[in-house]
Amino acid sequence: MVDYKPNEMMTIAAARALKNDDVCFVGIGMPSAAANLARLTHAPDIVLIYESGTLATKPNVLPLSIGDGELCETALTTVPVPEMFRYWLQGGRIKVGFLGGAQIDKYANLNTTVVGPYDKPKVRLPGGGGAPEIATSCGEIFIIMAQGKRSFVDRLDFVTSIGHVSGGDSRARLGVKTKGPTKLITDLALFEPDAQSKEMTVVSLHPGVTREQVQDNTGWPVKFAAQVAETPPPTARELEVLRELHARTNRAHSEAA
Amino acid sequence: MARISSLSEAIKDAVRDGDTVALEGFTHLIPHAAAHEIIRQGRKRLTLIRMTPDLIYDQLIGMGCVDRLIFSWGGNPGVGSLHRLRDAVENGWPQKLELEEHSHAAMANAYEAGAAGLPCAIFRGYIGGDMPKVNPKIKRVICPFTGEELAAIPAHRPDVAVIHAQRADKAGNVMIEGVLGVQKEAVLASKRSVVTVEQIVEDFGPRSLNAVILPHWTIQHVVAVPGGAFPSYAQGYYARNNSFYKKWDDIARERDTFLAWMKTNVLEKGPEAFAQYTRKQRAAAE
Repeated sequence: MVDYKPNEMMTIAAARALKNDDVCFVGIGMPSAAANLARLTHAPDIVLIYESGTLATKPNVLPLSIGDGELCETALTTVPVPEMFRYWLQGGRIKVGFLGGAQIDKYANLNTTVVGPYDKPKVRLPGGGGAPEIATSCGEIFIIMAQGKRSFVDRLDFVTSIGHVSGGDSRARLGVKTKGPTKLITDLALFEPDAQSKEMTVVSLHPGVTREQVQDNTGWPVKFAAQVAETPPPTARELEVLRELHARTNRAHSEAA
Repeated sequence: MARISSLSEAIKDAVRDGDTVALEGFTHLIPHAAAHEIIRQGRKRLTLIRMTPDLIYDQLIGMGCVDRLIFSWGGNPGVGSLHRLRDAVENGWPQKLELEEHSHAAMANAYEAGAAGLPCAIFRGYIGGDMPKVNPKIKRVICPFTGEELAAIPAHRPDVAVIHAQRADKAGNVMIEGVLGVQKEAVLASKRSVVTVEQIVEDFGPRSLNAVILPHWTIQHVVAVPGGAFPSYAQGYYARNNSFYKKWDDIARERDTFLAWMKTNVLEKGPEAFAQYTRKQRAAAE
């Protein structure tokens, strides 16, 4: 058995969720690591799109920002940002959107705006960026987030981007035709929405993780599926590719000009 | 008609106290040198517009130039918070900062609407979230043909756009390559514009038939500032200095380290410093 960290399991589980024929809108950080790991392992033809306008990009190192030169140089083409949001995202050309956030609730609504009241914030977060429209325009949404009571909360301080809203058919009733969050990948487990209630439900626990651990790191009573699987551990190959990717990236980002 | 100007002349003429200013750049080609000149000239009460306010907006805010920020994502990409932005919002230092917050799609559409001479931008967005509750400028309109409810926000019509680009020619036409962001839209939406460039060339020479070019009659001032986007990047000239973006986190975290850095690196320097920062990479590129 290979030794690995919970964060590595999370990134690898997220990468596995992507398919070779996916067209994926990628955010910076963990989504970018997962999407590129997928591309470097089982999904070599996956189309990765970053909101800076780079279509079908194949970066050798992970970008620190959403518009690093690396993304543009390895892309099929780079379009202006208004075109990115109008033709490609709003136009319905993107199958999977990858999101994260500071807070999530049980219906996978996300907050990346503010902790505390909007007018008197305890912590002012960066804001929505592309998320509000990614959440409704991509065919489906994968969310990757490490679990903890401060981030997996019963009630969001602010809804930046919607998931399944208040559950059931509430998302569809808003006129949204896309699926919304179909997978939530954490450092402990894999969640999928319940078919009826749309509450994010544990369908797989990562190796060695208990139900109590998941509950202790979640701010609402966690639902578990009738059959809870065990996530297959990372393979030696997955770990090797992920670690090499991070090592290359760290070297590139610490070079001074 | 574009004038080839010095940076101090251009900023003095184009950017006035109380103006609404868009210094754009989506990670790439961020006009750092021009913003430093705005700080040195002590502009006040600005409303700044930008999709992705990052280090340079942190500096403008921390130096007290800004009353209001219209934006969609304010952070140090891949690193974390903008500490000066947060200090202004959370503690009112050095002064209160009013926020008008949008999504990227909204901002991009608003620039495009501004460039197109329309009063507002219409798009499918802001469905279900809390943003419309805190931003009264987000409205809904009904499509007269399908009945679909869509989002509408006012077009961006800045007083002045400030951007950085790779090259201008002698006539003041400007060519941009790589990640394009919303710079073309920002210039065409604005009353005035300042463009700093890596190089002013005799002629652009062979180029794509569809090269992105802002004609000289859309620009007021063109200024040669080699390295003017540093620590952001200029495709073909120098790479993004990611290690500086990481260092900024420490510099900006406390007020005194921030002010000391600004004094040494902005107030006591001029635009020619940017050529030094990027000298090695630029020499290899030219």
